[in-house]
Amino acid sequence: MADSHDISKHVKTYIGIFIALLIGTVITVGLYYVHFNSIAVTIAVALVIATLKSFLVAGYFMHLMSEKKTIYWIMGVTIFFFLALVGLFVWSLYDIPKPRGL
Amino acid sequence: MDIPYTSKPRPDTGLYNAKVGIWLFLASEVMLFGALFSSYILLRIGADVWPQGLLNIPIGTFNTAVLITSSVTVVMAWASLKMNNFPKFKLYMGITILCALAFLGIKSIEYKDKFTHYQVWLKDGTTLTGHIAGNPYFWNHNTLDKKKLDHIEFTSDGKHDAKAGDKGQSHPGGHAPAVKIERKDITRLSAYVPAHSTYFAIYFTLTALHALHVIGGSLVLAFFWGPGSKMWKTDPERFTNRIEIGGLFWHFVDLVWIFLFPVLYLL
Repeated sequence: MADSHDISKHVKTYIGIFIALLIGTVITVGLYYVHFNSIAVTIAVALVIATLKSFLVAGYFMHLMSEKKTIYWIMGVTIFFFLALVGLFVWSLYDIPKPRGL
Repeated sequence: MDIPYTSKPRPDTGLYNAKVGIWLFLASEVMLFGALFSSYILLRIGADVWPQGLLNIPIGTFNTAVLITSSVTVVMAWASLKMNNFPKFKLYMGITILCALAFLGIKSIEYKDKFTHYQVWLKDGTTLTGHIAGNPYFWNHNTLDKKKLDHIEFTSDGKHDAKAGDKGQSHPGGHAPAVKIERKDITRLSAYVPAHSTYFAIYFTLTALHALHVIGGSLVLAFFWGPGSKMWKTDPERFTNRIEIGGLFWHFVDLVWIFLFPVLYLL
């Protein structure tokens, strides 16, 4: 088992991440009431904050910051296919005449 | 014969087997939710109008905070075991399970509100949103015919009333007075259910699938908190690994919600 002293240092990090996640949530909701000129900017800002929050959860709570190579390979391949999946959908949107939802 | 590598790492991966297993499972989950998020993008871009402001943002924000809290408590439960502090593990895991129940309770209140909230499309092109007297669940225009109702008593909430192309009008002080709407004037009636619109179809698909993950995850964590915790006495290292695995799934559930909340509630 890991050294108790090491873990207690981790615990402080977890508390810091917890506070950062709550602040991130407050900022996300706060920005909802700020009206940007473009809906695309609004979506981009919200998704950037969500991505930062997800990095904190995955990196520290899920320990991806200090994982073994096997896990990095699994998640690297997954992220590649995830981006390909979403990217193909977004690419296909150019085939839809007059997009009006955004 | 014992199951190999439940505690000690395999020489080739450097990990105990369950850890590789859960990450492979999470990889499949990323693709599952990725497909649904992609569907969301496609539906949204292809829609003529995309409704906004139909969900309760303060409740959604609170639920987000609840799930984030459960994520930190589950990792603290694991850290407590690493520090040989079993009572603290019980405390943090107990809080995690309570947070999961709170999340589901709040979500079910939100669902109930949607199932009794209606939109009426009238023949003159006007639409009204609000509640039918008696707050019935899941009605639509066919329900009126089946029940042989020639009218409904409708209390409009004023926020989304609009003629096609209008921005809508709001009633000062909240709800408008109840009005009687004749069946012959109604072209369509729908509760806020998946059949209402593509928005609610993808909303319920994503949130219900997420809620199923919360239910599954909390059942596993509750087992580890209760009867499963006996393993701490016989094989503490393996039990700690189990908590790490359960925690990894729980963090993923939190991670999905971090994206669902802005996408469905705010954008």
